Amino acid sequence: MLNKHSKIEKNSILMLVCVVIAISVGGLIEIVPLFRVETTIEPIKGIRPYTPLELAGQDIYIREGCYGCHSQQIRPLRDEVERYGHYSLAAESMYDHPFQWGSKRTGPDLARVGGKYSDDWHVGHMINPQEFVPESIMPSYSAMESRDANLVDIGAHLATLKLVGVPYTDSMIENAYDDAMTQAQEGNSESESALFERYGKNINIRNFDGKKGVVSELDAIIAYLQVLGTMANLKDYDPDILIKETSPE
Amino acid sequence: MIQDDKDKHIDEFSGIETTGHEWDGIKELNNPSPRWWVWLFIVTIVWAIGYWYVYPAWPTFSGDGFRGGTQGRINWTQYKQLEESQNEILSRRAENLEQFQKNSIEDVMKHPQLFAFAVAGGKSAFKENCAGCHGSGAAGARGYPNLNDDDWLWGGSIENIYLTIKYGIRTDNPKTRASTMPSFKGMQEEDLKQIAAYVMSLSKGWRYTAEGKTKYEQMCLFCHGQDGVGNPSLGAANISDSIWLHVEDSNPGIVSQIENPKHGVMPAWEGRLDDATIKQLAIYVHSLGGGE
Repeated sequence: MLNKHSKIEKNSILMLVCVVIAISVGGLIEIVPLFRVETTIEPIKGIRPYTPLELAGQDIYIREGCYGCHSQQIRPLRDEVERYGHYSLAAESMYDHPFQWGSKRTGPDLARVGGKYSDDWHVGHMINPQEFVPESIMPSYSAMESRDANLVDIGAHLATLKLVGVPYTDSMIENAYDDAMTQAQEGNSESESALFERYGKNINIRNFDGKKGVVSELDAIIAYLQVLGTMANLKDYDPDILIKETSPE
Repeated sequence: MIQDDKDKHIDEFSGIETTGHEWDGIKELNNPSPRWWVWLFIVTIVWAIGYWYVYPAWPTFSGDGFRGGTQGRINWTQYKQLEESQNEILSRRAENLEQFQKNSIEDVMKHPQLFAFAVAGGKSAFKENCAGCHGSGAAGARGYPNLNDDDWLWGGSIENIYLTIKYGIRTDNPKTRASTMPSFKGMQEEDLKQIAAYVMSLSKGWRYTAEGKTKYEQMCLFCHGQDGVGNPSLGAANISDSIWLHVEDSNPGIVSQIENPKHGVMPAWEGRLDDATIKQLAIYVHSLGGGE
């Protein structure tokens, strides 16, 4: 059998048929199941798309290569759950494009960093990480303090994400810029309630970097970090659900 | 060229059959793939089928099945595995943790074994959750209190430490303690300087003016108290000692705090950490040396 390959190599039709069979087997096994991968996403409440400001923060996270040192996935292993909290669910990153799971942990995992530190701490830590954690090797990101967050085309960014399946509504896209400005500046109750209406109650509206007037990159990245891992309603999560009846919202 | 089994092309040099092709005098030996490699290849395919049968593998088309996927013959899941490995350690801890549920913190602290357990557990939880702001050795940083000394903004009793950890300071938690120092922006600069001078006199014994003292008593005394000893129930700092959290202990530093007060935020840990862990943390922090 092993020396019969010359028959295939000298008959182009036979070769073609064999190639199609080989690729079909690989495709059926590896690609076709992925078309239904959304059935494995847990039906958990609370997951919403990122607000425009948080999304601008994620853009900065990606631009600065934070994923090079920080993962965003707590694996279901005892030591990870002991340290970082409840293991990450697929539903928690279903609106991430691209995923920030990562595989390199020079720094700690950030999947549940939201609410763990105060905004002030994040500001000081971004500017000079060693002030709080002397043994840290994280570089300073002080430039973010004085740079305006890039919100000019944030509506277009939402529209693009909608194309790939993130459920942004037309009013979210239309009001993206205003929503971002609202979230970073407390005080305007009218636009705040509009923001709540669009994205739900679970939104941090604060002046994240502590400076009034401009919405800086620090505002955006801290808004993003403070929401990580806080959306899912984990109290309702039952790991023993064996049969899933409803699909996630 | 067509190769025929009866018409084999043998390479003269190596004695091995060739494919029969020739390019500029170079021929290709027709060596078969090594047998061990071929068998290994077949074994991996068999292994994959077996793995697919035994373990969860594919999402199902209907969305039925465990977490919407195939279940696997032995019903293994990583979540069950996690639960089992956690159960093992939880059952070891349960004996002590039960005592934490039943007893007040004071009673736990009187019990040597439980106290040692709490300090050890608190220390490890502190490293992960608290060291970011308060430092690995709890020495704090500018704006983040040192927990080793006996200066407490919100009280250093075990009960107060427990409340601060559980509900935080100035957080969204409904039970948080949240009072803030008002801003005195707009006051005459001269008055501010005189108040600051009086405040400095409290810790350093420097000279001050009678106006400064009067202004202090009018505006600051209610929270910071006679002689600046502070009021933990309001989070009003003791300003008669040499410990300064947010500003330099200088006249301009104090003036800036009166005009634009800085306030620390302590996150609420309720919901993120369980009650037993919070109790352990409170006992650990209390044991660092400054507990009242």
